[in-house]
Amino acid sequence: MSKLFPDTRLKRQHLLDLAFLNITRLFAFLVFAILAGIVVTLLIGSLPSIKAFGFGFLFSPEWNPVTDQFGALVPIIGTLATSVIALLIGIPASFGIALFITEMSPRWLKRPLGIAVELLAGIPSIIYGMWGLFVFAPDFAKIEPWLTDHLGNAALIGPLFQGPPMGIGMLTAGLILAIMVIPFIASVMRDVFEIVPPLLKESAYGLGATTWEVVWHVVLPYTKIGVVGGIMLGLGRALGETMAVTFVIGNAHELSASLLMPGNSISSALANEFTEAVGPLYTSALIELGLILFLITFIVLSLSKLLLMQLSKREGKQS
Amino acid sequence: MNEITNPKIILKDLNFHYGSYHALKSVNLSIPEKKVTAFIGPSGCGKSTLLRTFNRMYELYPKQKATGEIILDGENILDAQQDLNRLRAKVGMVFQKPTPFPMSIFDNITFGVKLYESLSKRDMADRVEWALRKAALWNEVKDKLKQNGTSLSGGQQQRLCIARAIAVKPEVVLLDEPASALDPISTAHIEELIHELKKDYTIIIVTHNMQQAARVSDYTAYMYLGELIEFGNTDMIFTTPKKTATEDYITGKFG
Repeated sequence: MSKLFPDTRLKRQHLLDLAFLNITRLFAFLVFAILAGIVVTLLIGSLPSIKAFGFGFLFSPEWNPVTDQFGALVPIIGTLATSVIALLIGIPASFGIALFITEMSPRWLKRPLGIAVELLAGIPSIIYGMWGLFVFAPDFAKIEPWLTDHLGNAALIGPLFQGPPMGIGMLTAGLILAIMVIPFIASVMRDVFEIVPPLLKESAYGLGATTWEVVWHVVLPYTKIGVVGGIMLGLGRALGETMAVTFVIGNAHELSASLLMPGNSISSALANEFTEAVGPLYTSALIELGLILFLITFIVLSLSKLLLMQLSKREGKQS
Repeated sequence: MNEITNPKIILKDLNFHYGSYHALKSVNLSIPEKKVTAFIGPSGCGKSTLLRTFNRMYELYPKQKATGEIILDGENILDAQQDLNRLRAKVGMVFQKPTPFPMSIFDNITFGVKLYESLSKRDMADRVEWALRKAALWNEVKDKLKQNGTSLSGGQQQRLCIARAIAVKPEVVLLDEPASALDPISTAHIEELIHELKKDYTIIIVTHNMQQAARVSDYTAYMYLGELIEFGNTDMIFTTPKKTATEDYITGKFG
């Protein structure tokens, strides 16, 4: 009886399989290696600054290259504030877009709308920045006095809307970021809304629920992991976005309660100042800013995982 | 054909179109109250389409259109004035596959109830227990009402869906091949349940399993290519059908 697979061939296949397995493993572990490398490099680079300022670096609003005094408070606040504004506007808008495309839009409009959203994601950030600075900011400067008049004296949020109308500032940066994160969040939401089984939706409609009730109580809980993932993708972009923000945030290391005033974000501080940073401490302070941005992203990601765990706990265990 | 003395639903010249496809051709039928009526027929005969006109589920999709009259308790439900949510409160539906909502067992039941009634916490808990008992599921889930509905077995999930449908106290329950995704034991549970439920509800079941139709239904309608071929007492349809087409189908000559 002749063998179907000779021993040599079997052996070769086994070896190839082993090689393949190890190559994929190598690539997978490469991710860890790169991550660790970046963290270590950032840590080493920021050591002089950490030694000089300690934890105070996080809470000091001072940023004075002449006297070599550096603190990260202004860029941290700028990064967080602009990202929060972007999400506050971006999440509801994206939700509406995704909802309209999946549930309400007539069939012929679905594809054009979907493509338009994806194209929006493809626009380079520098274009958003230039448009923000040259087109949006001058017009927005005309709206700002209205904001100050109507919201400037409101309780709690009043101080956020006071100050001279300059067009550029943290609010403008947040708005531009909102436009930039919408396509990311909206297209992820649309994709996950589309995988909801039609029967599940029909069951809810069959009980007499309205479209809103179906979406809010059935579609959203069913897709929550994807939705949170989409929001995190958007948030990741907002936190790290450099070019567009640099154009419109004003790049001022000054602490101000008002969102209408110029501020600074971590990434735009890095982009603006790295080339002109003289002296080891200045450079080191900038690298520490980078490290902080890295940590912020890490914390945000962990919080989103925690949120998801919390959500699934509340709706009951999965068996 | 036996005369239906107490019809719950009367179909008059019902036609249905998917775009240009004529899926139901002038169907006339009376469905008796508090009985089980089965729709049988080969795939594509229009039995599910017919079922989906009773709660106007087809309206979720564009280009689907029903004409004619469906009289439920004296009201034409195809009337544009008909309030859809009220109609669907009155006509519950259970689907081919179990569709528990991604929430706890308790919330699955209260979902529909909350749409129409604002009950106190206590009344709501009573309602949940009542519905789960009706669906013969209470003893199995009473200690884990907080667990996710998707954690139950397939058969339990389907009974949860039935409990969810009857929790809003409908008058008609539509079952669209409710056991087609279930194992034989779960199927038997569902069939027993149908027997219990017909005391209080008018039940319409679509099935491609003829033995099931014979077991659970009081009346049977045989459909073919969008037309109602024969309707009558289930015993009669299965033993002495009047039309040869019906006989050919139930004896397995074709279908």
